[in-house]
Amino acid sequence: MRRQIPLMLVLVLGIFFFIQFFVPSRLSTNIYQVSLQWLILISAFAIVLAIGSLVNHHLLKIKRRREHWPYSYATLAGLVVMSLLGILGRFPGLGLLDEIYYRLYLFVQAPMDAAMFAILAFYMASASYRAFRARSKEALLLLVSGFFIMLGVIPLGALIWDRIPDIAEWIMMVPNMAAKRGILFGVGLGITATSLKIILGIERSWLGGGGK
Amino acid sequence: MIFSTNPWVWVAAILTLCIFSFLYRENPFYRFAEHLFVGVSAGYGVAVYFNNAIMPNLYVPVFVHHDYLFIIPGLIGMMFFFRFSSKLGFLILIPLAMLLGMSSGMGIAPTIQADIIRQMQSTIGDATSAGQGGWALVWGIVTFIGVIATLSYFFFSREQKGALKVSANIGIWFIMIGFGASFGNTVMARISLLIGRVQFLLTDWIHIIK
Repeated sequence: MRRQIPLMLVLVLGIFFFIQFFVPSRLSTNIYQVSLQWLILISAFAIVLAIGSLVNHHLLKIKRRREHWPYSYATLAGLVVMSLLGILGRFPGLGLLDEIYYRLYLFVQAPMDAAMFAILAFYMASASYRAFRARSKEALLLLVSGFFIMLGVIPLGALIWDRIPDIAEWIMMVPNMAAKRGILFGVGLGITATSLKIILGIERSWLGGGGK
Repeated sequence: MIFSTNPWVWVAAILTLCIFSFLYRENPFYRFAEHLFVGVSAGYGVAVYFNNAIMPNLYVPVFVHHDYLFIIPGLIGMMFFFRFSSKLGFLILIPLAMLLGMSSGMGIAPTIQADIIRQMQSTIGDATSAGQGGWALVWGIVTFIGVIATLSYFFFSREQKGALKVSANIGIWFIMIGFGASFGNTVMARISLLIGRVQFLLTDWIHIIK
């Protein structure tokens, strides 16, 4: 029963919402709108799993004094402070907390986010040296395409040769578009096939060991 | 060189430098910033989910509009907490089943519409629209050939030989150009982030650039 009830729920809801798309009535649209709110609400609680796992990992690390354990306090403090300020700050009379939350986002989270991705520019440069060595026709195409796109979006490209931005745009609009469309077809078919497998109960990995 | 007097700018600058210190080698400053970043980002995620998903879809309908129907998804969502119970852990399959059933059912038709039919329409439209003429028509036909060739590369139901092999090889060329374009765009995005950070340090922190 532990497996049958969830599988039955998936089947009934999946078929219902698949058919609902093709029913052109106000009732059907209203059901869709309310269900969408339900879906957003239920999925919001799923973050509990992620946060629970993160907290558990760091608490264990501190408890067992694993390598670099003192840094786990920074993670836990950041998590607690940021989430409490973000949640409590929205309540009336606690505007100061919201102000601090906003400042923390602007001067702690956003700069670290940008800096973390910015250092990847250096590593991508060294990775591209290894990847872009034109050892085959295919690697040469990758190199040429990447080269024109990089030069095409900066003013230096147009200074070297005024047709470089046009070539970059052509690469984006013709061969790149063709490849992306082909891949998108595959993704679309993959999503459809996986959804059908889940609805029909063929794909059951999401049940994990919980149903045993 | 005049340093900023805003303490928040100092915090942002020091954390930025802590992360950039990784370019030399891994060190305690980087590790501290990295751990803090993980915690702050997770906390930000919690606050965003609470304010954008739980408040408008649970608190406002139930406590402001007195629409008690929304208590049901709230209770179903709370069943995720059973994850932490050893005896009742299996109950998280109920909200998971609701999520999977609803999102799979809702997703099939729009996916077919957006990822398959719309893409087909655009591909065939660009290659057959006689009105546009000239180079636009030629590039439309090239795109059409590229899409077919790319799809044939991913066709594994038959051994790739003869015409299928030729088509798949042409598909690889298009895919490599596409990956090159993606790589180029990603590199430029990262570099613009780097420029933004350096500009912040030189403009807002030490005021070298006015």
